[in-house]
Amino acid sequence: MIFSGKLKKGTIRRIMGEFKVHRVRFFDYMPSGIRAIAFNRQTERIAVARVDGSVEIFTILYNLFQEKVIPGKEQRSIEALCWVGERLFSVGLSGEIIEFDLHNLRPRFTIDAYGGPIWTITANPQGTHLAVGCEDGTVKLFEILEDKIQFERNLDRKKGRILSLSWHPSGTKIAAGMMDMIRVFDVKTGHAIHRLLVDKAAGAPRDQECVVWSVVYLSNDTVISGDSSGKVKVWDALTGTLIKNHDVTKWDVLALSLSQDETSLVAGTSEGTVVQFQFLSSVLGKEDKEWVRTRTFKNHTHDVRALAEMDTAIISGGLDTQLVVRPLLEKHDVKSQASALRKAQFPHRRLVSCAKKAQLLLFQYPSHLELWRLGEGEEEGTPGEKVPVRRIPEKLLQLKAKGEEHIFCSAVSPCGEWLVYSTTSSLRLYKLQYENNNISITKVSKLPKVLRWAHQLCFSADSSQLFAASGRSSVHMVSLNPEGCKHKHTFKPKNGSTQPIHLLTVSENGLWLATANSDCEVHIYSLSTLKSHCTVPVYRSGVSAMAIHPTKNNLFIAHADQQVFEFSIELEQYTDWSRKVQREGLHLKWLERDTPIMNVTFNPRNPDHIILHDMYMFCVLDQSLPLPDKKSQFFNQLTLKSLPEQERKTRCHAFKVCKLFQPLMCVDVLEDHSLVVVERSLLDIVAKLPAPVKQKKFAT
Amino acid sequence: MVEGSEIRVVRCGGSKINTRPPIITVDSRFLLCVSGDLVKVYSTKTEELVRVLEGHTNQVTGIALNPANHLQVYSCSADGTIMLWDFMDGILIKTFVVSYPILSMYVSQKHQGVIFAVLPMANAINSDSFQVVAVHLPKVVEAEVDAPELSAVLTNVSSNPRCTAFGREGEYLVSGKGLQLSIFFFRKQKTYRVFLKASDKKGTKNGFSCVACHPKEDCIATGHEDGKIRLWRNFDHKKEYTYTTIHWHHNIVNTLCFTPEGTNLLSGGIESVLVQWQYGDTKKAMLPRLGGAITHISVSRDGALYCTCHSDNKITLIQSSIKVCGNIQGLVKGDAVRTDLLVDPRSKALVLNGKPGHLQFYNLKRDRQLYNLDIVQQEYIYEEGLDQYEVAMAAFSSQGSWLATVEERGRKLSDLEFSLKLWAFDRKTQSFSLNTTVAAAHNGQIGSMCFCPSSKTTVLVTTSKDGHFKAWLLGGDVDAEKADEGGEGDGNWSCDFVGSYHGLQPTRGSFSADGSLLAVSFSEVITLWSPDTWELLSTLCLPPGDVRDLCFGSQSCSKYLLSTTTRNMLCCWNLLTCSLEWSTSMDVVLLKLDPLSDNVAAFTKQDGNTDLFVFKPSEPRPLFTKKAVCVGDVSRAIFVPRTEPLDSCEESAQWLNRSQLYILTENMDLLTLCTKTEEDKMAALSKQLVVDKSVAVTPFYLLLGQHRRQQQEKQDDSVHGGLVQRTALPQGSVAIKELLHTPAHVLPSASFLCSMFVSSLLISTADNSRESVPQEEEMDSEKEEEDSEGEPEPESRDGQPDPGGASGSVVESVPRLSKAQERDLRRVRKTDYSWLSSLVEA
Repeated sequence: MIFSGKLKKGTIRRIMGEFKVHRVRFFDYMPSGIRAIAFNRQTERIAVARVDGSVEIFTILYNLFQEKVIPGKEQRSIEALCWVGERLFSVGLSGEIIEFDLHNLRPRFTIDAYGGPIWTITANPQGTHLAVGCEDGTVKLFEILEDKIQFERNLDRKKGRILSLSWHPSGTKIAAGMMDMIRVFDVKTGHAIHRLLVDKAAGAPRDQECVVWSVVYLSNDTVISGDSSGKVKVWDALTGTLIKNHDVTKWDVLALSLSQDETSLVAGTSEGTVVQFQFLSSVLGKEDKEWVRTRTFKNHTHDVRALAEMDTAIISGGLDTQLVVRPLLEKHDVKSQASALRKAQFPHRRLVSCAKKAQLLLFQYPSHLELWRLGEGEEEGTPGEKVPVRRIPEKLLQLKAKGEEHIFCSAVSPCGEWLVYSTTSSLRLYKLQYENNNISITKVSKLPKVLRWAHQLCFSADSSQLFAASGRSSVHMVSLNPEGCKHKHTFKPKNGSTQPIHLLTVSENGLWLATANSDCEVHIYSLSTLKSHCTVPVYRSGVSAMAIHPTKNNLFIAHADQQVFEFSIELEQYTDWSRKVQREGLHLKWLERDTPIMNVTFNPRNPDHIILHDMYMFCVLDQSLPLPDKKSQFFNQLTLKSLPEQERKTRCHAFKVCKLFQPLMCVDVLEDHSLVVVERSLLDIVAKLPAPVKQKKFAT
Repeated sequence: MVEGSEIRVVRCGGSKINTRPPIITVDSRFLLCVSGDLVKVYSTKTEELVRVLEGHTNQVTGIALNPANHLQVYSCSADGTIMLWDFMDGILIKTFVVSYPILSMYVSQKHQGVIFAVLPMANAINSDSFQVVAVHLPKVVEAEVDAPELSAVLTNVSSNPRCTAFGREGEYLVSGKGLQLSIFFFRKQKTYRVFLKASDKKGTKNGFSCVACHPKEDCIATGHEDGKIRLWRNFDHKKEYTYTTIHWHHNIVNTLCFTPEGTNLLSGGIESVLVQWQYGDTKKAMLPRLGGAITHISVSRDGALYCTCHSDNKITLIQSSIKVCGNIQGLVKGDAVRTDLLVDPRSKALVLNGKPGHLQFYNLKRDRQLYNLDIVQQEYIYEEGLDQYEVAMAAFSSQGSWLATVEERGRKLSDLEFSLKLWAFDRKTQSFSLNTTVAAAHNGQIGSMCFCPSSKTTVLVTTSKDGHFKAWLLGGDVDAEKADEGGEGDGNWSCDFVGSYHGLQPTRGSFSADGSLLAVSFSEVITLWSPDTWELLSTLCLPPGDVRDLCFGSQSCSKYLLSTTTRNMLCCWNLLTCSLEWSTSMDVVLLKLDPLSDNVAAFTKQDGNTDLFVFKPSEPRPLFTKKAVCVGDVSRAIFVPRTEPLDSCEESAQWLNRSQLYILTENMDLLTLCTKTEEDKMAALSKQLVVDKSVAVTPFYLLLGQHRRQQQEKQDDSVHGGLVQRTALPQGSVAIKELLHTPAHVLPSASFLCSMFVSSLLISTADNSRESVPQEEEMDSEKEEEDSEGEPEPESRDGQPDPGGASGSVVESVPRLSKAQERDLRRVRKTDYSWLSSLVEA
């Protein structure tokens, strides 16, 4: 395969083997920076707040996987997140405390704290109270009630904003990081016990304040602080004295996180490094321990704004938008999937939908949609060659979302005539009409009442029906006519699950509907009888992608832990092939991959071919070929090429991996058997980020 | 043939002092270092060699202070013995025979009576596996005992002595090899291991290169090949060990050392920068431009003095404030000596390549470098793989007033750059100054270079691979002789004659002793030229075989010309008859002429050893032969004139009477041939060496010393025993100390005190010179030694003492006073002293 010429930002039609490939590079997806991370030890869920106000819930049980996304809102800025049990609270500069409803993926309630912008929120270890730190210098205590929170009282108000808070594990004291100082409050009386003054960086201007970005209160009455002078300071909170001063960076120390056993602390800096401190005895076997700086991890290019220390890994996120799970190798006994470094750069859900017949692509941005028509090229060409483009790709439409809320999900119908999107509070359906080169768009005004909002949207293959996943795992089926739409049926799971649906797929023949929700359940409904057909046995890991085979009617499911299953809908059981895969096991190289499968499609020419893709590769899974055994070479395309025809057959295995296109946002097959590949260069993303702090790499 | 049984090949100094870390004694006054078969004791104040501990028969591989007695030192050697010395008096106390070659040695306060030595593994002698063994020293009275009790501690350790270290208070022993760090806990008798990943992505190596342990905390610092330093903690857990990385070095970290309190970590590498890391912080201080890659660092017990060993055979003494306070420079040794060994006719110093781009002048007698002459005059960059200018050739004119050098760059590459430089001796500065630089003296590489030995004309002949030889003359109308005498340098050198012979390549040139003939060899042919008219006089030819070396006989044999060929022939031509006098078949590697006698030394190689033949050109019969002078090739040799001729009567040793033969071997060892009488004489001298305990001469020392002598004098007057003398001594010094500690506001004005103080100094020395007669005798004998060593006696014998002169001992700077002066001063002294004592009592 030959790249010819400089790659332009446009469709380049290429012929590779049996597919024509549309290489799409005009999706300017831009992730937003991570502002806060909260780790829930009980459920092993990570809540990540981004700068655009969205909240994502990741699980780390089996690989890092994005389970839920709560879209952001204009002017919602989240400064801190806090778990209380399974409840998630956030605060922001709007001055409000928000609790999120993780079943319906929307704010549950919002309370104004009346203290100006809020910088921080923490719950006491007992889970009864929340403390928030406000711009006006107050620390406010809220009592957590069954379905709301109630203001209780203020601690002594002092001038200066409260930037960070930490409860003593007993819940009787609070340390608050402020400008130039740390205050330790007694919760019962509300009075400040100590005032720990933090000095500014050497050589800093006199008027420049030292910001205590983060404090941690330990059970042995030690307070550790990270500040804008680049120091991590260890204080004795009983006497109010400084014990140890670690000069970590020239810039700011932005975040601190303590491990549960209080022997390890990580600090995130503006340099993009995460510095680990450990509570070690200086003399082996003796009890007197001290905080010693140990390792430095550099996985970020920009500020590390948020950190969480799990038992076996460090989770860090920052302005460079990626979430990094750095395993602590000494906590792992064997090399396994859990001991590998994980990065989440792209969302684990589709932001591109593809109109297969009309050759249209719909790109979903936070606050608008873009509809593009793919280019057209000459029909002839040799494999690997770049095909001259006859018609360049064209942006047909840019649709701005109404209101402040960001777009949750969107879809375009296969015929390209319908377009639908939903925010957390409204769902809009549009009818598109093409006349020569003009496009006209009309909003469908009378929508059925059930279609108020949706978690996931999907059209049937003949574009006659719209499926919208709604609350309590239900799916509404709406028939689409030019005259109007009509609610036909609502599918509900038999077990009454309340988790949101994140995947929805309809079979090509319009007979089956499959849904996957955050409880890892996959339900199959029959569209002919409008009844629940069956439920796929629940697998431990979340479903990352699934699709129904157009001819065989088998449901192909890919899970976040890289396992794949094939479920025969008609027989209501796993297929023989799927059993064989489970029996023989997948190749280690496949299981070690970093990112989950994001989409499943099928090759219309060969029913045995299943096309899968993740961020770094796409793979044609040939069910007619034998599975690779443990010893065989997994990425064998190049070796195969060099082998003679005879031997090639014996060495072939089911996984044909192509890494030519990456990083991938979407791979799909169009009706004319051409392949659409949507790439988003990570370098372009980095180039759009603000410049990182300058550092000398090698200096004397 | 006479086999010189009484002539021995000895090492004569110039051996490496940087192979093992030196030790600073507890009182910081002496520095002990390993040097070949010896242990040398230097003074840290004056950098003089104070004493030599001689006794091992092979390379000394380690020294360590006896933890039970800090005035004793253990040394271990590749000859399989461990010796215990009293280094203050230079006495060998005990010898423990281990009978395995020892590579290095570690001792600890906690393990008294046990020495941990690195030995080769018993089963595999040739392979690269070594083990740490605990050697239990038997407690017996005999001076030489076997130490049979060995117990293995750690196996598979590195042979590098810096890769093993004792942990805090000797609780554990740490050793790094490859990617594995082993920690052996003595109490638990358990070994923990720490592994590194093979290498990181960039392909840089990260194996362990050195190890050091924090003295107070359980922290191990390890240096790595990629320049990182890791500080390991919590290593008594199987998995939960942890480390901090600090990184400044861009190349391998050669050595690490903690200061005694553990507040600082010192590291050094090829960058020749001493880095001082603050422990527990990332702050660092640096001392750059130390002159050579740092190979070892040691710190004195009080942490006030650091010393670093460098790859250029140097020990640098550094104060803890990161300031260099002294240098002990050995013979600088590179990979090879590209210039021949030369003798500076003026200073009689050995001249050879020194630091990169320099020529070093080395005094062989005193085993001390005199100075470095910067030839290249360019900054040397400490980085591997850079092609930098090197001094390739050097030659002195007969009187030593001119020095010619050739520097080269790019020998490995095709484009060779070189330049010829001529240096004139400057009488004012007593060093050489650059007179002429010829950028492209030849079109091809210069093969050899020689000065005309006659004093009338100064001619330099260079032969080159471009097929020409050139004669260079000091230009203009300047009288060559005058220039030779004065070295004024008002004329420049220019090419006088270009000669060639049938387009052949000239290989060697040589002038006859009187400078009337020049012989130049062109492959098989030797051509003879007259330097006056540049006329080809004659050709001598004896095929087959190209001429390899060429030299005229000297003195009575100056009519002979010796040549060696590639076909293993040694020919002697008679120039009067222009015929071959004699020839013999021998593979002569090196031919060296003694300028002070007729003798010629020839080295031949046989079965991996080198044999030496000494003969006169006049007769084809060797005067002296020595089989197997050394193992391997002799790369360079030279006759160095003796300062005073030896009067050896034995026939076989007579050739060594006027000059001494020095040999430089492949391994850069400097050897010499030594007669028995000479050795005896040396031994006698070393016994006489008495070292004054006070090395630094400070005004305060003089004050205290003077006081001590006064006490002695008093005791002598009152005819008391020696016992009382010794007890009286400390009292006096206490009194003076009290005076010095008295608050300033109680004392009278400084001007009043000062005159008293100065006058008191004067008296003491006067007294001493008058009374201590036996001491004076001793001093005289010392003077004699110095005379014999060619050190001119300083002529400053005027009645002024020299308190600032810190170079000599006190005894040396004894002034002499007239009797009247003495009397005067004694009176002053008496008043002075009574006043002092009254004040002290008050």
